[in-house]
Amino acid sequence: MVLSSIVNRLLHMNKIQIQNLSLQYSDGTESLRNVSMEIRQNAVTVLFGPAGGGKSTLLRCLNRLNDLAEVKTSSGQILIDGVNILDPKIDVVALRRKVGMVFARPVPLPMSIRENVIYGLELAGEKRKSKLDEAVERSLKLAAIWDEVKDRLNDPAIALSGGQQQRVCLARALALQPEIVLLDEPTSGLDPISTGKVEAALQELKKEFTIILVPQSVQQAGRTADAAAFFLQGELIEYAEGKNLFTAPKHKKTEDYIMGRFG
Amino acid sequence: MLLKLFSRNRHTVQKLGFTLITLVAVITVLPIVGTVIFILVKGGSALSLEFLTGFPRDGMRAGGILPAIIGTLYLTFGTALFSVPLGIAAAIYLAEYAKDNRATRAIRLAIINLAGIPSVVYGLFGLGLFVLFLKLGTSILAASLTLSIMTLPVIISTAEEAIRSVPQSFRTVSISLGATRWQTIRRIVLKEALPGILTGVILGLERAAGETAPILFTGAAFFLPRLPNSPFDATMALPYHLFVISTQVPEMPIQIQYGTALVLLIFVLTMNIVATVIRSRARAKRQW
Repeated sequence: MVLSSIVNRLLHMNKIQIQNLSLQYSDGTESLRNVSMEIRQNAVTVLFGPAGGGKSTLLRCLNRLNDLAEVKTSSGQILIDGVNILDPKIDVVALRRKVGMVFARPVPLPMSIRENVIYGLELAGEKRKSKLDEAVERSLKLAAIWDEVKDRLNDPAIALSGGQQQRVCLARALALQPEIVLLDEPTSGLDPISTGKVEAALQELKKEFTIILVPQSVQQAGRTADAAAFFLQGELIEYAEGKNLFTAPKHKKTEDYIMGRFG
Repeated sequence: MLLKLFSRNRHTVQKLGFTLITLVAVITVLPIVGTVIFILVKGGSALSLEFLTGFPRDGMRAGGILPAIIGTLYLTFGTALFSVPLGIAAAIYLAEYAKDNRATRAIRLAIINLAGIPSVVYGLFGLGLFVLFLKLGTSILAASLTLSIMTLPVIISTAEEAIRSVPQSFRTVSISLGATRWQTIRRIVLKEALPGILTGVILGLERAAGETAPILFTGAAFFLPRLPNSPFDATMALPYHLFVISTQVPEMPIQIQYGTALVLLIFVLTMNIVATVIRSRARAKRQW
């Protein structure tokens, strides 16, 4: 029993440890209340629950994007590979290169597809054309969009369809070869076919990356989750293996939400 | 009674309304078109190669206005030299860095008030500060600095507006990809705001080019037989020259007055058209 848990731990290393994380925005919108959880490497962890539950806030803590927001109070720790990334002294630029993010609405930067994908790399100082070309092809392939755009890499990214734009945005985040990829309702504006492509891409991506997804729906959570965390009004209500949580939720509120009794 | 009338004849009322609004729109355009045509007709005959490239003769009653044209170009360029970098820097600070606190509000209030100060007051201020206190003398430099202060509020507010109109999501995405704040501003925000900033710059400079009062005490010369050859020289300038030949010179041929007005008008309108073209081209190309 003890041995199996050790083996299990070694097999599924915890990439991220969140310890007693609390946060309140100045405008009082979303908040987090004493959230503690551990997130596995090379798995898709979904954070789901009704709006305002703190899912996006948690994502934005993981790459310190909340530094841009008006935060009233925050406490607790987030350890990534054992390092507390909420420490004001850490290098946030390096953190953000290690923790990529895809947003709810595709936001192609006002430049070509290729320039979008290499934007982060260029900022990181990569100038060699061969390296950049390689990164463009690799990340667009990972995001399952290469075949659709390979002949028009110099077209403005905005000219693509919404679904294509979102996969280019995913590629853009992947180009930096992050270790963790955060996705905040990445398919919310997409048609079912595009959504399917993104979801399929995630299952491939988890072999290489640690994926944290705020799904667009409970159904999507169920389809994609290796592990799932249910958030309600800033609190982590239940956190379990995806297959357990969606078939046998332990908590009444989780069950009600999954069954569609509220939301 | 009135209500009843309205409800019964809704379409008539609507038509009447549209007609009135159209009429008002036409009326507002009339003075502009009228002025341009008037000056074109009266001054068009004065335009010649000699008028544009020659020096004034016979106590400015004949010859050309080259020194005034060149002077206005120098002043406009000099004004741009100071006000553009300063204005854009201030706009970046206000739009991207300034926190919403009392100091920032004071700065904004100062800028708004700066825009409302009569131009002759700028002239006196320039005389006191640049000409006398800083001992720059009546010079292109002093006049350019004075015009710069006057132009700054226009440039700052339009540039700030242009910077603010760049979608916030671009900044968020750029930061999330490991860009610093300044890299984001330089690579994304300024690039996208540039047409708007340029429009503001041109409109501000256009106003500076046409002003008389601020340069009156600071750099404008009544008459100079040669072109200025250093920033410390005084210079003739179109708007001041126009003022001089319209009020100070007896028996001035009316043609030359209108010819000078026409040149100034063309100068300013050209800048305006350039600004409009930049803006509409940028709109067509904009990717958001």
